[in-house]
Amino acid sequence: MDMNLKLKIWRQTNNKSEGHFEMYDVVANEHMSFLEMLDVLNEDLVNQRKQPVAFEHDCREGICGTCSLTINGQPHGPNAGTTACQLHMRFFKDGETITIEPFRAGAFPVVKDLVVDRSALDRVVQAGGFISVNAGQAQDGNAIPIEKERASQSFESAACIGCGACVAACPNGSAMLFTSAKVRHLGLLPQGEVEEEQRVQNMVAQMDKEGFGMCSNIGACEAECPKEIQLYNIAYMNRAYFKAVFSGEE
Amino acid sequence: MNLDSKIPAGPLAEKWTKYKSTMPIVAPNNKRKLEVIVVGSGLAGASAASSLGELGYAVKCYTFHDSPRRAHSIAAQGGINAAKNYANDGDSIYRLFYDTIKGGDYRSREANVHRLAECSVNIIDQCVAQGVPFAREYGGLLENRSFGGVQVSRTFYARGQTGQQLLIGAYQSLSRQISLGTVTMYNRHEMLDLVIVDGKARGIIVRNLLTGKIERHAAHAVVLATGGYGNVFYLSTNAMMCNATAAWKSVKRGALLANPCFTQIHPTCIPVSGEYQSKLTLMSESLRNDGRVWVPKKKEDAEAIQQGKLKGVDIKEEDRDYYLERRYPAFGNLVPRDVASRAAKVECDKGHGVNPTGLAVFLDFSAAINRYGHMEANKRGNHNPTNEEVIALGEHVVSAKYGNLFEMYEKITGDNPYKHPMKIYPAVHYTMGGLWVDYNLETNVPGLFATGECNFSDHGANRLGASALMQGLADGYFVLPYTIGTFLANDISTPKINPDLPEFLEAEKRVKDNINHLLSVQGEHSVESFHRRLGKIMWNHCGMARNEAGLKEGIEKIRALREEYKKNVFVPGTNDEYNPELEKAIRVADFMELGEVMMLDALNRSESCGGHFREESASPEGEAMRNDAEFTYVAAWNWNEGKPEMFKEPLVFENVELKTRSYK
Ligand SMILES: Cc1cc2nc3c(=O)[nH]c(=O)nc-3n(C[C@H](O)[C@H](O)[C@H](O)COP(=O)(O)OP(=O)(O)OC[C@H]3O[C@@H](n4cnc5c(N)ncnc54)[C@H](O)[C@@H]3O)c2cc1C
Ligand code: SF4
Ligand code: FES
Repeated sequence: MDMNLKLKIWRQTNNKSEGHFEMYDVVANEHMSFLEMLDVLNEDLVNQRKQPVAFEHDCREGICGTCSLTINGQPHGPNAGTTACQLHMRFFKDGETITIEPFRAGAFPVVKDLVVDRSALDRVVQAGGFISVNAGQAQDGNAIPIEKERASQSFESAACIGCGACVAACPNGSAMLFTSAKVRHLGLLPQGEVEEEQRVQNMVAQMDKEGFGMCSNIGACEAECPKEIQLYNIAYMNRAYFKAVFSGEE
Repeated sequence: MNLDSKIPAGPLAEKWTKYKSTMPIVAPNNKRKLEVIVVGSGLAGASAASSLGELGYAVKCYTFHDSPRRAHSIAAQGGINAAKNYANDGDSIYRLFYDTIKGGDYRSREANVHRLAECSVNIIDQCVAQGVPFAREYGGLLENRSFGGVQVSRTFYARGQTGQQLLIGAYQSLSRQISLGTVTMYNRHEMLDLVIVDGKARGIIVRNLLTGKIERHAAHAVVLATGGYGNVFYLSTNAMMCNATAAWKSVKRGALLANPCFTQIHPTCIPVSGEYQSKLTLMSESLRNDGRVWVPKKKEDAEAIQQGKLKGVDIKEEDRDYYLERRYPAFGNLVPRDVASRAAKVECDKGHGVNPTGLAVFLDFSAAINRYGHMEANKRGNHNPTNEEVIALGEHVVSAKYGNLFEMYEKITGDNPYKHPMKIYPAVHYTMGGLWVDYNLETNVPGLFATGECNFSDHGANRLGASALMQGLADGYFVLPYTIGTFLANDISTPKINPDLPEFLEAEKRVKDNINHLLSVQGEHSVESFHRRLGKIMWNHCGMARNEAGLKEGIEKIRALREEYKKNVFVPGTNDEYNPELEKAIRVADFMELGEVMMLDALNRSESCGGHFREESASPEGEAMRNDAEFTYVAAWNWNEGKPEMFKEPLVFENVELKTRSYK
């Protein structure tokens, strides 16, 4: 079934210019994905020799973390546990007006239209989100058994796709959920435990340096996270952080 | 041109160990002075860049993504193979080697494949040490499952997100090297040309995608880890931005492209639903462990389903044709991908397809749900369960195994795959062809190396499931960091390469001219519309089944499309800004040349082998027929200013006997 939609889209030439909303009409159908609907709009714009709307995407399967749209005020749109690229048009109504903005946060400058720069997240990982082991130094994979449950909990944190929706959802622009998911992913594993104190301190310091805000336990990050990364990651990181700072004073 | 594969002498199982301990190496103090460019940060690129950094080289790593973690490797679902034999089911390095050679339909090099099998074991160790949370048994040890084309359980996995977890491991190692300063990372930089100085690869030209600035970057050697070219078909399971430009531009500078026609069509993808479709979604091969593939026996039933008058569940058991189980009793639903894909096409071509377009078959979990349901009921001491109880228990088991895939299916199609069989159809997935490399992973251009999906080396004419991740990481962690020394050892007194050399300026000009041309056409049609048309030509003429007349016609069409593109494409905006349309325009132009070489290769190879099926070369039952007497070679192509030439590297089998591949 065809759907006639009105789109209210944020347009901004680059990070130095002021942005504004523009209205567009588009005819979509319920089988399309949200991004395919934007493809249709862009094809129309190009055919009218107008500038297409810049938005980022790649896998379109909810795993690469590239897509970064705020849809009707919600990062990744209305469906829980779903990235913008996995959202389908059957969840919208014929005649509806949809507002589309970039992920907004102080630490994510706008590149163009709906595209933002999230490289701050990479720098947080570079500060310590790894285990120090060179290629060829590893022992046998089964040398250290790891409880199934523990491995599975670590996996749940490791499932973060680095999209930054948590930051965009947070009124303070905090990156706590993202950072804590990495700290917990590695910290729960015997291989990663060793460096935990250093890791958590360095990553938190970098987070502050990048201009991410403080966490005031609002919980919007968890609600919008497409991978359903839970708030207990933040609790885990806080514990690890205090433990590290405390032991540093000894 | 004589293609020297540089395979070391000696018995198969000893070649790599011996070679590694005798090859030239570079001393640590010299490594610091040697610069290496790595293009790509997927599994192959991130592992290579971090390992080279660890060894002490001065590395520069490039990706067109905004972060190295977004490379297409992130989307791999099912798993990674390794000959650990943890399952104690008779697996060994030799068996993995043999399965890969056979699965590839005897069109890969024995020595490379054996080395891959050897390295597979170390990969798992490395990934565990990095913190990859693989699936585990209750005893805390690593768990395995099975993939198509093999009879052992050697696939390691992390739910349906193995690629993600492995890439995050490699990304973290890379991040560590970035923080240590051994690797400089260039995000949002796209390589648009290769620079050759005195016959050696010495640099690249890149476009800064944020500003449009064209930059010259120099190094002592260049490694390409830029992935596959499946998107030449427009619709594929590859991520939207996957492209061939880096590899193709290298071909235009003299590197050879090997077996370009070897494309993998994956049997289980969500079917095309309309013209607007932008990509296809894979449903992991692991589903064939429990899913049964079928179509209605009666054409009337299929037609009723196509018209929406009947549903799959309405078809009685005796009216279903489980055609894989019927045709291939030994492997059943787990035949290799090429075999399963062709079989689906045969049924749909006969008119038995099950969606409105007639291009879909069922993948049905009801038998598995029933079986698991009864098992669970028994475990609970309930020996007379009701049908509802069985189904509820069975669905629970299936959900624990494949829940995320079922969810993904439902998100896309709106159908519940627990209640209704999935509808699937083959789609382009992987390219076995790629840059020709020798045993050192070096192309015919000295100093230019290629790793991961962008080389051709290990999978012959068909790749087995869970083997691409293995290859990318073997290349990057355990092979290239050593073999690159064979080239760099001769360069220890070469000073830093100067990016202002005339060769760099010339390449930079070429790139700028090309961009200016694309922007100046100001024609009628969008880049996207050309890409879509290209994809249709490729799929219709060089897809699942190919024949001489079709290929010849395809080549004419593609040439005409290229001419039209030059005259009639419309690219909005300018070079000096963030301009995704321009990025796409450059990539699509390259795909249109590459596509022609794929067709020429398919035309030349008049045998059927692996994923390459020539209708002229089939048995009466419709099985692929190789022609070993004529085609036991690698076909490596140049571009030659639009008149491609082919060079042969004969394949020598000393350890494996060439047999007809049978999964019956
Ligand atoms: C949906 C899906 C599921 C899969 N599942 C499995 C599986 O379960 N098991 C398995 O073994 N295999 C699987 N595969 C195959 C496997 O994922 C790929 O073959 C493999 O990940 C390729 O890795 P790579 O490092 O070679 O390339 P990629 O991961 O594609 O990385 C390419 C890199 O090169 C960069 N790049 C490319 N061109 C340029 C340029 N011109 N300039 C700058 N940078 C450039 C990109 O930015 C990227 O960083 C799957 C594939 C798909 C599509
Ligand atoms: S925690 Fe969730 S929202 Fe934040 S980056 Fe990770 S996946 Fe995205
Ligand atoms: S495009 Fe990859 S997560 Fe949305």
